Amino acid sequence: MAEDIISLIKENVIQGRMTKDDEGIDEEIVGQPGVAELVEKALTSGLSIKDIITKGLSGGMNIVGQKFEAGEYFIPDMLASAQAVGAAMEILEPYLAESGVNVKGKVIVATVKDDLHDIGKNIVSVLLRGAGYTVKDLGNNVSTQAIVDAVKEEKPQFLGLSALLTSTMAGMAEVIQMLEQNGIRDQVKIIVGGAPVSAEFAKSIGADGYGEDGFQAVAVVEALASSTEN
Amino acid sequence: MPRKGILVDRPYERLTREQVELIHQASMQILTNPGLISFNREAVDILHSHGAEVETITGDHQSWQVKIPEKLVLKALDSAPKTVKLGARNPDNALIMHGDEPRVYLITGSETNIWLDVDFPTYVNKTDHSKEIRVPEFKPRRGTVDDLCKSAHVCEHLETVDGYIRTVNIQDRDITEENKDVNKFFASLNNNTKHFMSGLTSLKQLNNVVRMAELIAGGKKELEDNPIISFITCLVKSPLQFVEDTTDTFIEVCRRGLPVAVSSSPQAGTTAPIKESGIMAQINAEVLAGITLGQLVKPGTPVLYGSVPVRARMDTLGDSYGSVETSQYNIDCVQMARFYSLPNYSTSGVCDSKIPGQQSSIERLFSDIVVAMSGPQYLHCAFGLLDCNSVFCLLQAVLDDAHFKLLEFFLRQPRIDQPELEAMLKQIREVVATPQKLYISYIRPLLRSGEISGLYPFEGNGETDDVFEIAYEQMKELLAKPVEHIDQETSARIFEEIPGILPRLNIYESRS
Repeated sequence: MAEDIISLIKENVIQGRMTKDDEGIDEEIVGQPGVAELVEKALTSGLSIKDIITKGLSGGMNIVGQKFEAGEYFIPDMLASAQAVGAAMEILEPYLAESGVNVKGKVIVATVKDDLHDIGKNIVSVLLRGAGYTVKDLGNNVSTQAIVDAVKEEKPQFLGLSALLTSTMAGMAEVIQMLEQNGIRDQVKIIVGGAPVSAEFAKSIGADGYGEDGFQAVAVVEALASSTEN
Repeated sequence: MPRKGILVDRPYERLTREQVELIHQASMQILTNPGLISFNREAVDILHSHGAEVETITGDHQSWQVKIPEKLVLKALDSAPKTVKLGARNPDNALIMHGDEPRVYLITGSETNIWLDVDFPTYVNKTDHSKEIRVPEFKPRRGTVDDLCKSAHVCEHLETVDGYIRTVNIQDRDITEENKDVNKFFASLNNNTKHFMSGLTSLKQLNNVVRMAELIAGGKKELEDNPIISFITCLVKSPLQFVEDTTDTFIEVCRRGLPVAVSSSPQAGTTAPIKESGIMAQINAEVLAGITLGQLVKPGTPVLYGSVPVRARMDTLGDSYGSVETSQYNIDCVQMARFYSLPNYSTSGVCDSKIPGQQSSIERLFSDIVVAMSGPQYLHCAFGLLDCNSVFCLLQAVLDDAHFKLLEFFLRQPRIDQPELEAMLKQIREVVATPQKLYISYIRPLLRSGEISGLYPFEGNGETDDVFEIAYEQMKELLAKPVEHIDQETSARIFEEIPGILPRLNIYESRS
């Protein structure tokens, strides 16, 4: 029974079904419980939080990643699975501290001031949630001061900054400078991304990492997380 | 179930109804003045016996001036079937063509003498030896039976190819005038289960190729019901001349009631007026003359209104299939055929370029798109052909298939109706209410339904242009895929009954 629920969670992550109303890859599964309902059921059945996360959610996401690498899955598939995992993590959040599961870090994401473009930033948010991170999304056109305030208040391990315009990417440098002025630059790893941004630019403004796309952004955060642990 | 083809919902038309009628009337006038010169006696007799005016022309070659009255043409247009079925070894590959329905079938062909091999030698940078690139190298050579088998094999697997016209002329040492037809028919039919259309090299071989088709189809009646082969005859040489030998072939094909494309290929500027109205009036008269003769031989013979007009190059006076006017003429012909409710054999994709590359892609895509949009039923779209139809390159055929997949998608009918719009309004309202405002989750149900067009399949890694190399790999994969050959028993009967087929084409003998 316990194994059945965990298997179903894993299978529905692979199918990218957050709730019972979602369509998956296979036909005729609409109406059957999705990841959110199954995680609730797992909790009421008293299943181990660790098993739900490692065998169910992460197990499913690993297979999704493999399918994407193989060209079998597309980005919308990855995002659907990541959204399902993100929703599951929200349900599990109150139980994480006592579960003994290693909790991944908190990430604040924002599109910098004067820039209204947020598709890339939103995708990164979904993927990070799917990877098990807690994400606070400040939105778009966020002032430098508001970003620095959020870092002070939330104390995230990571800050992701996004910009689509060459005219607004300078806002990223301003955020880093203000964090330095406030003496909190070293408390947070900063990754930047967006169409005009490059690895060279990231280095030049003193960012810790650069993500060319959403998947690379997650990979960079994971790499920074493991280097911090070491 | 026949093949679906591409149903063009609202076909592109250049001519107004009035212009179409003007061309028709001009063609009728041409058929009586000056009429056609016939070098074929039998055609003269047939037309004369039905009321055509005939005068003997004095000169070195025996010929006659034939004036075809309008009523004969109109009667022929009446008896010519408005729906033509072209069968196939695999019945699911049959083509059903209605003259007034712009459903486009994409067809290979036509015969080229040169086969273009492709290789990818590596070149090293002179100053930095660590830098290497692979560049496609094209090597022309004479086509062989083996090449024809390969071409038929790959075209069997190219999804957008609806029917097969052989792409390469077989020029092996053991191929003669006498055995060419049986070998080209067998090589094509044994490696491809789609409809096969061909010209005939020797009229003496007509009975043999028809018998071969009967054996494959399962009998005479079965071949009538499922005509797996059809013929194309250029009985009219422009301007306005019935050719002696091809007219003989045409008459004999009509007597057997097998489907036949009546094709004319005037060259604007040399064998037809360069002005659009002139070449159109002439080609229409030439095709109608052929159709009239065919219907007099055997009323009800399934015919295709075949048009291969082309403009002359001004630098060489050779054909310029890549010229814009060539596409205009072809589109006009599609309209004329539709005016008569006859299925149309049309042409696109023929290019002036000698090798695959930018020029060939631009020339062929231009005409492929615009001519396909006009809705011809049987579109000979020159899969793999280069250099004005004189060179065939299998790699180019694989590239063309990818282009046609895009075109096929583009020509889909829009789905905009009330239920669809209501669903979209619901979707828009739902997404706008979410914090992320992304429609991505709605893509998924469509991802694998075929409702979203694919990427260009030969896209490289973005840093280099790998189109040829990727297409070449696909070509090799297609060659490695098996094809459904003619079964062993039928194959044995064909080799027993039909003389002249090369023993090396007998796959069952060569395997044992």
